[in-house]
Amino acid sequence: MRHILSILVENEAGALSRVSGLFSARGYNIESLTVAPTEDATMSRMTIVTTGSDEIVEQITKQLNKLVDVVKVVDLSEGRHIERELMLVKVRAAGKDREEMKRTADIFRGRIIDVTDKSYTIELTGTTDKLDAFLEALDKGAILETVRTGVSGIGRGEWVLKA
Amino acid sequence: MELKLPPLAETGETLTGAEIVVRCLKEEGVEFVFGYPGGAVLHIYDAIFDQKAFSHILVRHEQAALHAADGYARATGRPGVALVTSGPGVTNAVTGIATAYMDSIPLVVITGQVPTRAIGEDAFQECDTVGITRPCVKHNFLVKDVNELAITIKKAFHIATTGRPGPVLVDIPKDVSAQSARFHYPEKVHLRSYSPVVKGHSGQIKKAVQLLLEAKRPMIYVGGGVVLGEASAELTELVRLLDYPCTETLMGLGAFPASDKRFVGMLGMHGTVEANMAMQNCDVLLAVGARFDDRVIGNPSHFAAGNPTRKIVHIDVDPSSISKRVRVDVPIVGHVKDVLADMLALLKGAKDKPDPAALAAWWDQIGLWRAKDCLKYDRTAAIIKPQYVIEKLWEITKGDAYITSDVGQHQMWAAQFYRFDKPRRWINSGGLGTMGVGLPYAMGVKLAFPDADVACVTGEASIQMCIQELSTCKQYHLPVKLVNLNNRYMGMVRQWQEFFHGNRYAESYMDALPDFVKLAEAYGHVGMRIDKPADVEGALREAFKLKDRLVFLDIITDQTENVFPMVPGGKGMSEMILAEDL
Ligand SMILES: Cc1cc2nc3c(=O)[nH]c(=O)nc-3n(C[C@H](O)[C@H](O)[C@H](O)COP(=O)(O)OP(=O)(O)OC[C@H]3O[C@@H](n4cnc5c(N)ncnc54)[C@H](O)[C@@H]3O)c2cc1C
Ligand SMILES: Cc1ncc(C[n+]2csc(CCOP(=O)(O)OP(=O)(O)O)c2C)c(N)n1
Ligand SMILES: [Mg+2]
Repeated sequence: MRHILSILVENEAGALSRVSGLFSARGYNIESLTVAPTEDATMSRMTIVTTGSDEIVEQITKQLNKLVDVVKVVDLSEGRHIERELMLVKVRAAGKDREEMKRTADIFRGRIIDVTDKSYTIELTGTTDKLDAFLEALDKGAILETVRTGVSGIGRGEWVLKA
Repeated sequence: MELKLPPLAETGETLTGAEIVVRCLKEEGVEFVFGYPGGAVLHIYDAIFDQKAFSHILVRHEQAALHAADGYARATGRPGVALVTSGPGVTNAVTGIATAYMDSIPLVVITGQVPTRAIGEDAFQECDTVGITRPCVKHNFLVKDVNELAITIKKAFHIATTGRPGPVLVDIPKDVSAQSARFHYPEKVHLRSYSPVVKGHSGQIKKAVQLLLEAKRPMIYVGGGVVLGEASAELTELVRLLDYPCTETLMGLGAFPASDKRFVGMLGMHGTVEANMAMQNCDVLLAVGARFDDRVIGNPSHFAAGNPTRKIVHIDVDPSSISKRVRVDVPIVGHVKDVLADMLALLKGAKDKPDPAALAAWWDQIGLWRAKDCLKYDRTAAIIKPQYVIEKLWEITKGDAYITSDVGQHQMWAAQFYRFDKPRRWINSGGLGTMGVGLPYAMGVKLAFPDADVACVTGEASIQMCIQELSTCKQYHLPVKLVNLNNRYMGMVRQWQEFFHGNRYAESYMDALPDFVKLAEAYGHVGMRIDKPADVEGALREAFKLKDRLVFLDIITDQTENVFPMVPGGKGMSEMILAEDL
């Protein structure tokens, strides 16, 4: 099962390697990992997408909690939540394909943020599925470069993740 | 980590980083620092030069500094402290740090680092200490600002000794130990990201007590957590109150007195038939500070499938130890001493009592398993049997010595045949299984308890891994007794090769052994060689009479002896090989 873990960590040098080192040392999967400071400058928030049986994810959560730099861990997938990922794609957009490319981007609510006579750079936000679907909708040969942030997640409603 | 620096006292003394280190150790009441100098720690050594707060013990290899500090911690319950230099000092120390980590031993390790401006430049004797040690410490720090040194050391002691204990490392660049700061040592630290649970959940504790009282075939499985958590008294009271059978892991030995008839011996790979069969067949299992290790439970699916209705209660301070290898029914996260005290209070007030008929039948069954006498060995042999040596060692020291061991067959025989009645008397490496720990462990113990008998049960292979410490023992006058069960083989390796590799003894024969008697003498100690069963007792007596001398007893034992029972890797607990099977 796919799980989205939200983790508050102390904003200390090395906190990221403690977390990523835990995953590699114990053989857990990381599908994506994002990290950035929060509104409280002393803390960073990570979102890790991982897969594993319930037992494994329970162990992952416990092991993360055990790290001294980890302030809090929640499994967002246990409740209602929103997930988003940002992708930038550079595509070939020349001749008759140019118009078609723009239409596809529009359908997925992508924005063209950079243009040359032969290419577009498209910005797209959404769930991982949506970004995958967009890439599938494109002609493989047209994709020049993609970069994705990995998933960020937040709980729905008024509930907040706090230290 | 959140930093709550208290306001600096206007009058606080100004000290160098090196002096701050010394003062912090003094504030912590540290008695011994085990270490080895080098460039990056020279300021700290300079500050040690004229202080009287603690003694510095100069080892002969950094690995031994860590093991000695670890042995001190295991015997006393206080954190061990080690000090090593950057680069090779640290890499030499890693085995010792990992050994302590695997057995949850509290250590504070202070390491020198190249100056802050040189970090990352492949400077002389630079290594990424924090990176190298990260997977084998509870936590580590690199101190880049001398103003944060004292609070960091405070945090290190706090983290090392609370919750599930473990080693914590503080890496100090050379310039930081030279710079000055106002010294203030906080009495307490608060870390918002670190607050181990102490009290167990009362609802869970009630459930556990109810299960225990309803049990028809109960079993109490005790691990190192009871020793680490100083909960022997509570555990002993609980076992006696219930009159239930009790087993201990290799790390739990001594938590409950082995001389009590309720003790059914160690369990696991080399556990007794009665302990392993009772584990496999009980209906209610109380696991206390034990982690269902693979050398204990064997194959976890066999353990679960063989007895699907067994109910398990598990007390552990570390939630990640619970339901890691074996699913449990009543998890209780908390400090073992607190939780056991709560359970005792409930048990004493309970109206229900265990069913006496069921319990009697269960004890009868255990009696049948016991009657197998699975630890029997040939007492008439003309060659010295290693088991016999340990029995005599127990007799001569009245079962009251501190016994350290190395790793191998001798370790298992010591565990099986020295019947420990007290906690912290059995000092060995269980989780990492590090050959070479025995002698430095004995040093740490002897320094802590100079008047106690301290013996190291070792093998001719293991002892050679830290033999240089015979020199340290000379310098600091540490008259420990080395009991070398010399079978001319890496016996444990040879045993596996005999059982599982068709007697192909690849590289397990110990050729070109030194003359241990002469070696001991060369270091200024007493050496004895014993090769007849009749001489064992006399030699041991003589060795312990030489109160102020280190004695190396080189005891020539049966080369072909094996450790029984044995649960082969991947097998279930009830699938033991016994001596009589071969
Ligand atoms: C050659 C060899 C053979 C071995 N054979 C065997 C064998 O036959 N049988 C055997 O048992 N072992 C054997 N071992 C040892 C084995 O590898 C493990 O080290 C050992 O079984 C683990 O013991 P434990 O479960 O008591 O856990 P420990 O490693 O002692 O862990 C302690 C547990 O208690 C918890 N804890 C710590 N403090 C507290 C507290 N205050 N309150 C509550 N909980 C706390 C910890 O979180 C942890 O889960 C062997 C080792 C070697 C080298
Ligand atoms: C540092 C280290 N290297 C290798 C091993 C693997 N090992 C386990 S027991 C053993 C043999 C120990 O031989 P000895 O000290 O003579 O003890 P014996 O088994 O003969 O009693 C070896 C090599 C280990 N545990 N530790
Ligand atoms: Mg040997």
